[in-house]
Amino acid sequence: MSDVALPAAAVRRASLGWLLLRRLVRRRLVLISLVILLVAIVVAVGAPWIAPYSPRRMEIAHRLSPPSWAHWFGTDEFGRDELSRCIYGARLSLSVGSLVVLVSLACGTLLGVVSGYVRRLDGLLMRVTDALMAFPDILLAIALMAALGASLTDVVIALGTVYTPRVARVARGATLVLRELQFIEAAEALGASGRRVIAVHLLPNLLSPLLVQGTFVFAFSILTEAALSFLGAGVPPTSPSWGNMIAAAQEYMQGAAWLILAPGLCIVFTVLSLQMVGDGLRDALDPRLRRLT
Amino acid sequence: MPADVETIGNAVTHYLLRRLAGMIVVMFLVATIVFVISHVIPGDPAAVMLGPAATAADIAALRARLGLDAPLPVQYVEFLHSVLRLRLGESIFLGRSVTEALAERAPLTLQLTVLAAGLAVLIGVPVGVLSAVKRGSLLDQAVTAISMAAASLPSFWIGLTLIEYLAVHWHLLPVAGYGPPGAGFVVHLTYLVMPAIALGIPSSALIVRFTRTSMLDVLQEDYVRTARAKGLAPRTVIFKHAFRNARTSVLTVVGLTVAGLLGGAIVTETVFALPGVGNLVVSAVLRRDYPVIQGALLVISGVYVLINLGIDLLYAVLDPRVRY
Repeated sequence: MSDVALPAAAVRRASLGWLLLRRLVRRRLVLISLVILLVAIVVAVGAPWIAPYSPRRMEIAHRLSPPSWAHWFGTDEFGRDELSRCIYGARLSLSVGSLVVLVSLACGTLLGVVSGYVRRLDGLLMRVTDALMAFPDILLAIALMAALGASLTDVVIALGTVYTPRVARVARGATLVLRELQFIEAAEALGASGRRVIAVHLLPNLLSPLLVQGTFVFAFSILTEAALSFLGAGVPPTSPSWGNMIAAAQEYMQGAAWLILAPGLCIVFTVLSLQMVGDGLRDALDPRLRRLT
Repeated sequence: MPADVETIGNAVTHYLLRRLAGMIVVMFLVATIVFVISHVIPGDPAAVMLGPAATAADIAALRARLGLDAPLPVQYVEFLHSVLRLRLGESIFLGRSVTEALAERAPLTLQLTVLAAGLAVLIGVPVGVLSAVKRGSLLDQAVTAISMAAASLPSFWIGLTLIEYLAVHWHLLPVAGYGPPGAGFVVHLTYLVMPAIALGIPSSALIVRFTRTSMLDVLQEDYVRTARAKGLAPRTVIFKHAFRNARTSVLTVVGLTVAGLLGGAIVTETVFALPGVGNLVVSAVLRRDYPVIQGALLVISGVYVLINLGIDLLYAVLDPRVRY
């Protein structure tokens, strides 16, 4: 029986994925956003091959030169190629974003599901998330950076801590709804352990809300990382990040506006695309919106 | 009837007490988090205070005087005790108490936040309502696109762009700072215009999107159709019937944004070199001024929690359906 059931389930899952993708790309803006994100990912991964220059190569003779054929986005105060620095900046921003999503989804889901499913722990765990959410994002992040250091790992830990409670909230909310449904009751009645109920019955059903939340966490962590770098509390200025590029360009803003424009637009396009995809996912996964089926 | 009023009054009192108790628990946990963060910070506050020329003996003596050599649990109890007495310690670099430093800078941050919040609400709510009423129109699409883009803009980038154009190119507003100390309110206000715009724009975008969604929900309700059918003026239907019912959820997002502005102010004050609480926090972090970091974290999160409580209480005033 299982020989038959497995391929059927696999087919069903694959076609669900297709259905989701088809629903997503039906909206033109979501499609464009997906393309932008894909380009950003390819650029970030292939930075050493795509970037026309090394992000650290200085040409003092050509410092602060405006955009030209040789330097599409111009050069900065040390004569470094702005385009190459933006490309390497994408590497940093996207790694921070994706790692923060992984960390906060893993910790947040665990916290949220346990809190929603194990009633005894709910009060305590939710008060702790309340307390963590009582700090404005950037304030908690900057204080944690002061405590941790200034490496990429520290940025990921700091932002992961900031966004974990938000994921936990979503996971707990969804768990509280699911817990009352009959299939969970049936599993419990059949003698499934708490761990099994969580792993086999709850987690797969949390995928949709968590996927949507993960997209927004990605967007917010790119913005917050940029703000941290801008304030000088992020990764050290030697590694180009969109935030610290803008911070460094402040002094040369007059007469070299491209230095602020280029990394700024990188942030805006990436964050905007992520938000669009997040909105699109939410609509595509929402069974109540029948117009999309 | 009076019995009913009494029951509601009791329910409100109970609710208030429960919320206050919850708030105290949260603030206790906040204080614990602050303690943990400030004790994980690498480096020795005593060594930072005394500078590089200090000898090991000097540092040890200062550590003993500050109570830093006591076991952690003892330090923790001491810390909670001093927080309860609102004693936040002395700043390492400013030569004054943290409470004084915060109190001196709070009015500026408050003005900035209030201005930005006012701006965000004044733009966000009407535009959101308009966009919902003209659903599907070109205006609605434009509003949706612009608000989505505005929510993706880093506020420091907006700030720098405003400085570049409004101040440097067109000389309309002062570049940065808060003006000469003795200047009048109006002069100071001109220094706050750009920061308030930079801080308020991303928030107004959020408010637009949220107001639009909740207005759309309400506009589909039967009673709105009834109101329209009985020939009421569109304006009456929109404001008296629809918006009244959408405003509770609008209030939620306004509350969230105001709280978010406190965080945004940290970045904005740095961009515009405004001597507010945010600027104090950033310089404290960069200089490892531990007592200031601790104090600012506690005070800002306290305000944040209070704002959220205030919003919850406002619900009851605005929406009589809210039950406790």
